[in-house]
Amino acid sequence: MSALLCAATTVMLVAACGGGSSGGAAGTGDAAAGGDVTLEFSQWWEPELPANALRGMMDEFEAANPGIKVKLLSGPYASTKEQSVAGAAAGTMADVVGLDGAWVSDFVKQGAITDLSKLMKDSAYDESQLAAQIKINNATYMIPVVNFVYPLFTNDDLLTKAGVSAPPSNRTEFLDAAKKITALGGDTKGWVVPLSLEAPNGIQNDVMAWNWASGGTMLKDGKPDLTNADVKETVEFVKGMWDAKLVAPGALTMKEQDKVEEFTNGRVGMMIDSLAHVTLIRENNPNLKFSISAIPAKDGYSGKRGIPYASWGIGISENSKHKAEAFKLVSFLMNEKNNSKLASVANAFPGNTTAVPDFVQNDDLFKAAFDIYKAGYPANEFTGLPVAEELMRSFDEELQKTLNGDQTVDEMLTNAQAGWTKNF
Amino acid sequence: MSTSVKAGPRQSPRPGPTRPIAPPRKPWRRRVEPYVYVFPTVLLMVVLMLVPIVMVIRYSLYDNVIMKKEPVLAGIANYTEILTDPDFWNAVKNTAFFTGTSVVAHLVLGMAFAMMLNTPLLGHVTKAIFRVLFILPWLFTVAIIAVLWRLLLNPNGVLNYLLQTGGLTDSKVEWLADPNLALYAVTFINIWSGYPFYMMSLLAGLQGIPRDLYEAATVDGASYWQRWWNVTVPQLRPIIVSIAMLDVIFTTQQFALIWMTTGGGPINVTEMLSTFTYKLAFNRYQFSLASASAVIIFVFSMVLAFFYVRYQKARD
Repeated sequence: MSALLCAATTVMLVAACGGGSSGGAAGTGDAAAGGDVTLEFSQWWEPELPANALRGMMDEFEAANPGIKVKLLSGPYASTKEQSVAGAAAGTMADVVGLDGAWVSDFVKQGAITDLSKLMKDSAYDESQLAAQIKINNATYMIPVVNFVYPLFTNDDLLTKAGVSAPPSNRTEFLDAAKKITALGGDTKGWVVPLSLEAPNGIQNDVMAWNWASGGTMLKDGKPDLTNADVKETVEFVKGMWDAKLVAPGALTMKEQDKVEEFTNGRVGMMIDSLAHVTLIRENNPNLKFSISAIPAKDGYSGKRGIPYASWGIGISENSKHKAEAFKLVSFLMNEKNNSKLASVANAFPGNTTAVPDFVQNDDLFKAAFDIYKAGYPANEFTGLPVAEELMRSFDEELQKTLNGDQTVDEMLTNAQAGWTKNF
Repeated sequence: MSTSVKAGPRQSPRPGPTRPIAPPRKPWRRRVEPYVYVFPTVLLMVVLMLVPIVMVIRYSLYDNVIMKKEPVLAGIANYTEILTDPDFWNAVKNTAFFTGTSVVAHLVLGMAFAMMLNTPLLGHVTKAIFRVLFILPWLFTVAIIAVLWRLLLNPNGVLNYLLQTGGLTDSKVEWLADPNLALYAVTFINIWSGYPFYMMSLLAGLQGIPRDLYEAATVDGASYWQRWWNVTVPQLRPIIVSIAMLDVIFTTQQFALIWMTTGGGPINVTEMLSTFTYKLAFNRYQFSLASASAVIIFVFSMVLAFFYVRYQKARD
């Protein structure tokens, strides 16, 4: 019955939201009545930032925009997602919503988030300052505010011990380095890849990253194209690493935090990971010497390298009664000064092309990562896809079968393609 | 002159059946009073149980609710889709193994530990220490249990270290990540976390069995095992049946432990009905299909609950 009650809880949540709706986005103020406009801003960012960082920025926004107040609705990522789903269904989404690229397509289908292209046009906003925009049918629905990029982390000591002089720059060098590190023996492995089905983002960050780093794609005209040569080479590369036993054990149920722990404890030579974890790794193992470099591309590739990223995105509710005021808040967070400030406190890269976060000046590792980011382009083809997390999960299941020897790479890609196509 | 009057049966002034005397009519307040007492409970049950359940059943009959602004009636299409989905039947199979094995193992372990704690061979202090130790798994929340066992069963974890140090294995066993082992591993964790419920219930039952039954059996020449089988088990049967039925219902619905340890993987070897339903709702946003799946589980639970209630009534 728990499953029923789980579903029932969602229903109740939706019903409650619907019942409590006072029209438009939940609880916005009433400027017409002579009071301030109160914008609700739901996001998961505030708990992940230093205390008062986001509230402080909102106070600055309020000071710069008399008559507009911002009410922060903050919660963990998962709760924010569930509340946004419920709010989208009930038409009570907050005026300004923190978005993950994986949610955008579904919210657009529901008609829950508004077309930002129109708002940008109405307010003569200079789009060229935005590093990226998430578009569906040529209309922008999400703007990445800050980006957390996923470069290659290498354990300097293990590489030196294995006789590898520099971080690998192509797949052959990576394979060679992984073999030499694994040959050191003990618990040491060359690479770590988290493939847990609970949080299948390893497919995006650790598997498909290889494809994007070599300029590859998994889409064709916005539709799945998993059977193309680039994806096949990527999967074959991963399977080759697996079959050669160069991958840390436990990968099939490993989560991202487990991956970071394996690297931090010095059991793994190389991993692809979020820059956001640099501080955590330093705190947990101050003696670990590690470097950051671009994800190796396939041999002979000389084009720009895609670097996977996860975003704190922003959008505006379709039901908001104060879209113009809401866009003022979006513009505020995206201007050079404030975007730099937010990126600095979040240890992320800015969504404004001209913004430069403070940490880049003071820290060699972040500077290296910023150079990689500038030299390549942010790549995440899952952003904007329908049921993106489910696509990762179904790909993950097929990949696990392949790694387990239950099917060939070709069969895997055909099955994954068929599974994905159903959702488009 | 005299007149005599013949004595005869007394006649009632109105012949016919006698009417029972009606009890005095209770005042209005007295009649309403019981309903007022139960009203808060009824209201809570309606709001928290009946309304959501009815809504979910209704949702299961529409095409994708919540995600569509104007869903239309789909009849039993969602049920047909669920019941013809091989992933659903894989989840049924896994759930049946997980539940069946867990319930049997819970019973065996619970009985063994309860008898140990009830034996006169151990002193009070020893029993108290064991009682604390044995009940520990029950005191942990599911999240703690999941984290604890993920660490213990990690390829670089304590269990593998002990096995390798003891020479019992020469390679790192991937307890939760090996498709051949994962279902057994999560079942083991569930057994570990659930046996104290049986142990405490059976211990209470054991302490309530009259000594004279054992004495009579001993006088009749019954051996230890004969006394256990013919006295202990029949005396505990009502408790065993009750907790086993409840355990089947609880274990069938186990979600958090599976989700936090394996997420239903690797591949789909630990996919349960609960994780299958959750993924439909919160990963695929197929709320109508998830509702249909939830209703199927609900019906199964209701069948068990029916037998449970009937058994309880028969006992009373």
